Amino acid sequence: MSTKASRSAARLMLAPAVILLLGWMLVPLTMTLIFSFQRYLPLRGGFQGWVGFENYVRFVGSSAFWPAVQSTVIIVGGVLLITVVLGILLAILLDQPMWGQGMVRILVIAPFFVMPTVSGLVWKNMFMDPNNGLLSHLWRFFGADPVIWLSDASMLSIILIVSWQWLPFATLILLTAIQSLDSEQLEAAEMDGAPALSRFRHIILPHLSRAITIVILIQTIFLLAIFAEIFVTTQGSFGTRTLTYLIFQRVLESQNVGLGSAGGIYAVILANIFALFLMRIVGKNLDR
Amino acid sequence: MRLGKSLVASTAIALVAASGAFAQTLTIATVNNGDMIRMQGLSGEFTAQTGIELEWVILEENILRQRVTQDIATSGGQFDIMTIGMYEAPIWAERDWLVSLDGLPDDYDIDDILPAMRAGLSFEGSLYAAPFYGESSMVMYRTDLMEAAGMEMPEEPTWDDIAAAAAAMTDRDNNINGICLRGRAGWGENMAFITTVANSFGARWFDEDWNAQLDSPEWLEAVTFYNDLLQNYGPPGAANNGFNENLTLFQQGRCGMWIDATVAASFVTNPNDSTVADSVGFALAPNRDGLDKRANWLWAWALAIPAGTQQEEAAMEFINWATSKDYLELVAEREGWANVPPGSRTSLYENPEYAQVPFADMTLRSINAADPNNPTVDPVPYVGIQFVAIPEWAGIGTSAGQEFSAMVAGQLTPEQALERAQALVTDEMEAAGY
Amino acid sequence: MARSVTTQRKTFNTFLAWVIGLLIFFPILWTVLTSFKSEAQAIADPPVWFFFDWTLENYRVVQERSNYSRFLWNSIIIAGGSTVLGMFIAIPAAWSMAFVPSRQTKNILLWMLSTKMLPAVGVLYPIYLIFIQMGLLDTRVGLTIVLMLINLPIMVWMLYTYFKEIPGEILEAARMDGAGLRQEILYVLTPMAIPGIASTMLLNIILAWNEAFWTLNLTAARAAPLTAFIASYSSPEGLFYAKLSAASTMAIAPILILGWFSQKQLVRGLTFGAVK
Repeated sequence: MSTKASRSAARLMLAPAVILLLGWMLVPLTMTLIFSFQRYLPLRGGFQGWVGFENYVRFVGSSAFWPAVQSTVIIVGGVLLITVVLGILLAILLDQPMWGQGMVRILVIAPFFVMPTVSGLVWKNMFMDPNNGLLSHLWRFFGADPVIWLSDASMLSIILIVSWQWLPFATLILLTAIQSLDSEQLEAAEMDGAPALSRFRHIILPHLSRAITIVILIQTIFLLAIFAEIFVTTQGSFGTRTLTYLIFQRVLESQNVGLGSAGGIYAVILANIFALFLMRIVGKNLDR
Repeated sequence: MRLGKSLVASTAIALVAASGAFAQTLTIATVNNGDMIRMQGLSGEFTAQTGIELEWVILEENILRQRVTQDIATSGGQFDIMTIGMYEAPIWAERDWLVSLDGLPDDYDIDDILPAMRAGLSFEGSLYAAPFYGESSMVMYRTDLMEAAGMEMPEEPTWDDIAAAAAAMTDRDNNINGICLRGRAGWGENMAFITTVANSFGARWFDEDWNAQLDSPEWLEAVTFYNDLLQNYGPPGAANNGFNENLTLFQQGRCGMWIDATVAASFVTNPNDSTVADSVGFALAPNRDGLDKRANWLWAWALAIPAGTQQEEAAMEFINWATSKDYLELVAEREGWANVPPGSRTSLYENPEYAQVPFADMTLRSINAADPNNPTVDPVPYVGIQFVAIPEWAGIGTSAGQEFSAMVAGQLTPEQALERAQALVTDEMEAAGY
Repeated sequence: MARSVTTQRKTFNTFLAWVIGLLIFFPILWTVLTSFKSEAQAIADPPVWFFFDWTLENYRVVQERSNYSRFLWNSIIIAGGSTVLGMFIAIPAAWSMAFVPSRQTKNILLWMLSTKMLPAVGVLYPIYLIFIQMGLLDTRVGLTIVLMLINLPIMVWMLYTYFKEIPGEILEAARMDGAGLRQEILYVLTPMAIPGIASTMLLNIILAWNEAFWTLNLTAARAAPLTAFIASYSSPEGLFYAKLSAASTMAIAPILILGWFSQKQLVRGLTFGAVK
């Protein structure tokens, strides 16, 4: 089927996408790389000379660096854990026969459509506000002191908000995967008297492993870059300064482009290590 | 691809050009404070007079600053008028990033601008940003609660008076907090307030050789005092409260006292928004017993024109409208004298009608009590009271502010917060080449 | 699906699922309800649920203050434009990889996905400078291009998995019958590819609509979409819950409705064809 002509036609069709993405990746990245070796302070007139690896040393040496890495890992890990575990449970529940399944599914999927700035602001003000938020009313109703979510439980708050947005995604993918499970196999196991937990462990979970991998991969891509949720809630205070946010602050608040660019390069390297790891898993799945 | 890009660029330029041909449109970046929102509401008048259309970009303070700073530093040209403050105006003017406002017409009466405001917004004798409103800080307190507690607020209180009053007014069962203060991180939010407290306790940001001084005993005393006030008598979640959050709390009757911008006085006494409008008293910002620096800041939100705008003339016309005496009268006519943007013009304070406004006198006294050229007890190499007028300040103030905010949230002790802030500041100053 | 269950069990499932579903949906419901309250009712403790004076006042105020319709229009143009533009580039690419695979196909696909992992913040400043140079700052054209580029890997991927499902034998059969390349694409491929293309477009519109890094950082007024519209409500003066709710409702309603109407396709689209 693939003649020489069709091969070159295929290359031609592929070219625009590849060239565009290559340009999108290389041009800005090269600029960032160049900036990272400069003392570049726009508020002091821009370029101030070459400084070698000074920015790289400074960025990692700053007291804010490791806490930022830690926050990033906790947020990404926390959200993944919550969405995958709850996603599996929810998917199994939604797979059961019930009345109004379609409607429930609509309710569950809805948060995915809410834009991050909206969900950040709605959660921050209408739920987590310690004076007027709904959760504070609830706490007071039970006679408890309201939790001051965004400062006392800042990481948990961010994880909650982001998980709320991404749970629908995980649930839907896992639900689709469960529905493709051979129900006869399950019934046979049920007949054999296998208890629910063991059916889950030996039949459902292995079947879902591929879907779980996909969920983790796609979510990680998006979660590493979360910005708006932090931008409109804590603005990086109370230990929620992720690596993304730290770099944003270096570039935009401190207006230290050289330093921020060095941070950007670190983030690119970190993301690529991560990407490589995930690519392997997906690559295997592609061959299947 | 290069062809594609230039094609796109030329299309974009064509589009921009086409839209410009119809009507002149100014893009104005401003902060989402009440007086600016009112200006937006009234700006129909300006359009009716001149035919110049206005696009408003109204942002929260921290975001606005990031946005306009980024734009000006890269000559982004997204805005024709920017709302900036006393911190930015001289620094940007020095870089030639702003259009001088010397060209304002005579009837604008530039000499009428309060001297303190004019000085803070000028560079080498020329005005670069026209004050929309000016402010200092002062104590706003609930007269009814003070009375109930059997106390009286002196006109010139000390910090000890404040602490005693806060303790007396706090009534947790009825959701009344003795004092509300800024806790939300940001150089223009909590750091503005904390810096004034530090000044009044005899602390300073830098010594004369630009060494950070946050490890000094004065800083520790000031920050500990601030932290204790909020921990003992402050509202829950104080670490997230900025100007607007505290304003809402005060209007709802949740604060016994609030030390913040003088401009808030008109909002807390406005019966339409405030449940405590008729029982608010005012006093000068406190000092520490034995030191004669008061914790007054000085600030103006001002309108400036970025150099390189295509619409300098129209922008000038708008500034002339929005910061004129006529605008003050327009607001007075529509909404009453109490709602006029304060602190910008001498003539306003000479106006007998305005003198009836309960906070007019205290506002002027507060503004006059502030001295940006001698902000601290010990000498410093910088100007600015609640900020340090160097380009690095925004970064320094915000990252240090996050540490103090964490302190208010109970995650750090004052010692830890100061230690971290000192390290951060030293880092940033080194990175900037001091 | 033909598992037999007792009515009791089914009732229990239904109950549990509805409770959880409503719980997850609750923040949205609460936002919509609050948008019709007065500011005082919005913060009332105990909260008021349904019995209050329903008012449209907040919507009026928000529209008056922020000119909602312009933000909406920008969102539509940017999300729609980036999707259509992306399709022109993604469809040929996905088609060629699905039907004329080479040894590099797998690597190219993975590489494309990896560009999606590039931290946007790392290239913010350069992009900003490039945008200024080309006069694209705060223009819909500029934003459309950027959103197209960041979602291109996902578009190619999704389309690829859809196209991959089209059996090659059908093509060969068509060719045997003497169909030319044009007819092949027009009459054989297109009908089979339409569902995939539609789901891809839909997902992409949603992603572009909700994108909140570039839209916040590259726009000011003229091209600002709904994400920026909402950010202007982040800390306003005075009581604002009801107005925030109204603004939020207006920002999410269009895409929520779109998403609900095309739920079936979306479920399939979300899985990128990787989970069947």
